[in-house]
Amino acid sequence: MLRIVASASRPSSVSLLSVAHRRNLSSTSARQADITLTVDGKEVTVPQGSALIQACEAAGSPIPRFCYHDRLAIAGNCRMCLVEVARSPKPVASCAAPAMPGAVVFTNTPLVHEAREGVMEFLLSNHPLDCPICDQGGECDLQDQSIRYGSDRTRFHEIAGKRAVSNKDLGPIVKTSMNRCIQCTRCVRFANEVAGVEDLGTTGRGNDLQIGMYVEKMMDSELSGNVIDLCPVGALTSKPYAMQARPWELKTTESVDVLDALGSNIRVDSRGVQVMRVQPRTNDNVNEEWISDKTRYAYDGLRFQRLTTPLIKGPDNRFVTASWPDALAAIAAGLNQTGAKGNEIKAIAGHLADTETLVVLKDLINRLGSDNLASDLEGKYGNAPPVHGIDVRSNYSFNSTIAGVESADAILLVGTNPRHEAAVLNSRIRKSWLHTDLVVGMVGTRADTTYGFEHLGEDAKALEKFLSGKVKGEFAERWAQAKRPLIMVGSSMAEHADGEAVFGMLARYVAATGERIVREDWNGFNVLQRVASRPALYETGFVPSRAATSTTPKFIFLLNADEVDPASIPADAFVVYQGHHGDRGAALADVCLPGCAYTEKSSTWVNTEGRSQLGRAAVPPPGAAREDWKIVRALSEVLGVDLPYEDLVGVRDRMWAISPSLVRWDGLEGTSLEVAKAGLGSLMSNFYQTDVVSRASVTMAQCTRAFVTREKTSLEGLGKEPLQAHA
Amino acid sequence: MLRLPRRLPRLSPPSSRLISSTAPKRSDALFIHRDTPYNNPEIAFKFDAQNLKRAQEIISHYPPQYKKAATIPLLDLGQRQNKGWTSISVMNYVAELLEMPPMRVYEVATFYTMFNREPIGTNFVQVCTTTPCMLRGSTDILNTTCAHLGGLKPGETTKDGKFTVIEVECQGACSNAPMMAVNDDFYEDLTPETTKKILDAFAKGEKPKPGPQSGRKTSENSAGLTALTTKPYGPGEFCQPEFQ
Ligand code: SF4
Ligand code: FES
Ligand code: FES
Repeated sequence: MLRIVASASRPSSVSLLSVAHRRNLSSTSARQADITLTVDGKEVTVPQGSALIQACEAAGSPIPRFCYHDRLAIAGNCRMCLVEVARSPKPVASCAAPAMPGAVVFTNTPLVHEAREGVMEFLLSNHPLDCPICDQGGECDLQDQSIRYGSDRTRFHEIAGKRAVSNKDLGPIVKTSMNRCIQCTRCVRFANEVAGVEDLGTTGRGNDLQIGMYVEKMMDSELSGNVIDLCPVGALTSKPYAMQARPWELKTTESVDVLDALGSNIRVDSRGVQVMRVQPRTNDNVNEEWISDKTRYAYDGLRFQRLTTPLIKGPDNRFVTASWPDALAAIAAGLNQTGAKGNEIKAIAGHLADTETLVVLKDLINRLGSDNLASDLEGKYGNAPPVHGIDVRSNYSFNSTIAGVESADAILLVGTNPRHEAAVLNSRIRKSWLHTDLVVGMVGTRADTTYGFEHLGEDAKALEKFLSGKVKGEFAERWAQAKRPLIMVGSSMAEHADGEAVFGMLARYVAATGERIVREDWNGFNVLQRVASRPALYETGFVPSRAATSTTPKFIFLLNADEVDPASIPADAFVVYQGHHGDRGAALADVCLPGCAYTEKSSTWVNTEGRSQLGRAAVPPPGAAREDWKIVRALSEVLGVDLPYEDLVGVRDRMWAISPSLVRWDGLEGTSLEVAKAGLGSLMSNFYQTDVVSRASVTMAQCTRAFVTREKTSLEGLGKEPLQAHA
Repeated sequence: MLRLPRRLPRLSPPSSRLISSTAPKRSDALFIHRDTPYNNPEIAFKFDAQNLKRAQEIISHYPPQYKKAATIPLLDLGQRQNKGWTSISVMNYVAELLEMPPMRVYEVATFYTMFNREPIGTNFVQVCTTTPCMLRGSTDILNTTCAHLGGLKPGETTKDGKFTVIEVECQGACSNAPMMAVNDDFYEDLTPETTKKILDAFAKGEKPKPGPQSGRKTSENSAGLTALTTKPYGPGEFCQPEFQ
């Protein structure tokens, strides 16, 4: 049922035909001259090629709609958007009609009302009257629009009953109630165009048309949760959130996501002390309107396995609860007892460490006379400074910017699977691949991306061969001619045994190609970070000095570091863990300090592009947990090296002194042009469980079982029992 | 009225309308696939050599990037090879051949009612019951057919697997109404008697002569010609002498 948007205005239709076999979904036409038309007596000017509905919006006349969505292809099948156009005999579906110069449009006439009422009547004739038990209640387009266009009684007395449609099992995330479906096909278009799951479609015809996969199958996509937002009615709702809350009970907090390094903009909906759900917020520069399933559903992990009070390991190796002063004193005693000096004092920052705390912790460790600031990178580089260096920001950033990916005409993926490392970014590549003649090449472990690519080999040798131009093939040819070539190196490369070689090779290549890859208007060298804290780590200089690398630590401070290799921690070292989950890091510790999760603190996060964004506290931290930077600040006092700031403003002043871009939230500083130095497998094997929050999440465990280990289990029960909260 | 075998029982309208519930209206065919022993993706299907050649011929009619335009003809070819019905394996095979997501083929196969997604008997009897046929007595024809085949209901197959009867919409032969189609042939101008005769012949494995059963030629007036009854004049007649 997809409409193929006319592609006549596409400049390169000839080459398109020769390249793309499957890329004929739709196209965005190039911006052309503006046209002027009259809507409800108001003149508006819109770019040529806009839909009439966009012109009406521009004129400030809202148009009701179900199927139209500005990020999806136009379907024109719900007819709710009917408007009257002068000299047209019938009402016109404004989403499917182009805005014409000089057209005179009315959106508020008796004809329009009657037409929309008719449409609504047909929609409601088969729609169940189950709003009281429907999760969409309160945020349902059908409910809202029927207030205006619905009739209070039915005229369908002759029908035998309402259409009954079986529910589909789309997996652990999407709950279906297909009787409610109004067949707008938004979900189908999303799955096919954006998510790249071409399994969702419409079967049957006419009144019996239904949405589904025809065969029994789950929706295997990292973006599947977005269909819940798209569905205008309650046909697709959230399984974990089912029957948990009503939208009007929720408090909304705008925040950013930290479960990957994209920094997707989110809205945290909470009730009391619990996060009830996470939804996307529109930001065209970052996540458009989508978020990944991990972002959306890992929040139930925030309720389990939390550290709620300070813990001190007793002589029998068991943790006993303690008060804050006791715990801090125990740390001071531990530091004294080990006699750690200088670089023997080590801090390791983990995936979910926020920027404020990194700055404060760095100051503390530096004041204790140490440079030993490591991160929990995997492999032999765990304790060493990263191979790409941190002196030049463009060495570790996504320089082309996330939105810039769409203007690339050839992409080379090196040791990364963006589908798992940055699912939302991956959908941008797919979008571009569908609508332009983008070519993608990949060096690294073959993965199922959602677009076609040419696999150039598994290892550093293959990369060398490609860069030296010894590879023949369509991709190599197109790469050579590309105007905006883009190299995307996975952050796993920095942790790979061949990492140094790979970065060296790429740096030489970029330098050798002169203006081709890096120039004034295009920086095509990108490192795709996969961990939220890394860009901030590098930005604030949270890396060890060469000398520190070889020191054996005696005192180790783990800040949210849960991916550390236990073998790298000497048995006699005194270990402090600060974080929010009792996971791997806490198990290694002598003292645990309970911190806040990302939904509980107001802190700065830097995404892979270097864009710093402000996360906001939606709920209070559980138990005795405290904001992270305050804990470190309090510790500094106990250790006798007072840090010179008292409040958040002070900390942010300090951040400003380190790098002003850290506190210019939402803005993006351009990166400098120098690239000083720059099977390659991705280190992410299970998209659904990559950090403490997602590991503690029941929903993510279900997803792992459904999509990663593919165990056959009934997912029916999920979401039915109320989840026990910690508080 | 969809044209699919295996009709689900139709619910009679509830006699009184209760406030608390709405009767479900089910569709008369399932638009989802459930694996069964006789229809599951494990059962292999492939075109035989001859059909493969035809398939390639059909595909060659379309530009390579629009190969999927061949979906309908290939499904038809598959249905013919697969004893008259399109199993899930046929759909998957067509999808593979045309390099398209299987769902796109399922969409087509479920949209068009002439793709039978359940097995049918050797003789597929499709009785037209649309208005013109109905005015000319198709209800009788349908009843006769069902009764003659041992009391079937439309949508069912006889026990011996020889006949499947369904009701269909207009077949475009209204001028010879009432009519039915058996496999690929039309039997027109039916009466209950001729219907029985045709069915008996098929039961014996013969193939009666298709077309009008009343003896008239195509759809000529059964009362004889009323117009154009004179001999048509030949070339040159009534023309200027130089053209004669
Ligand atoms: S399930 Fe929802 S989004 Fe999908 S077609 Fe039905 S109403 Fe539209
Ligand atoms: S919004 Fe225009 S037809 Fe659905
Ligand atoms: S109505 Fe029966 S063939 Fe047209």
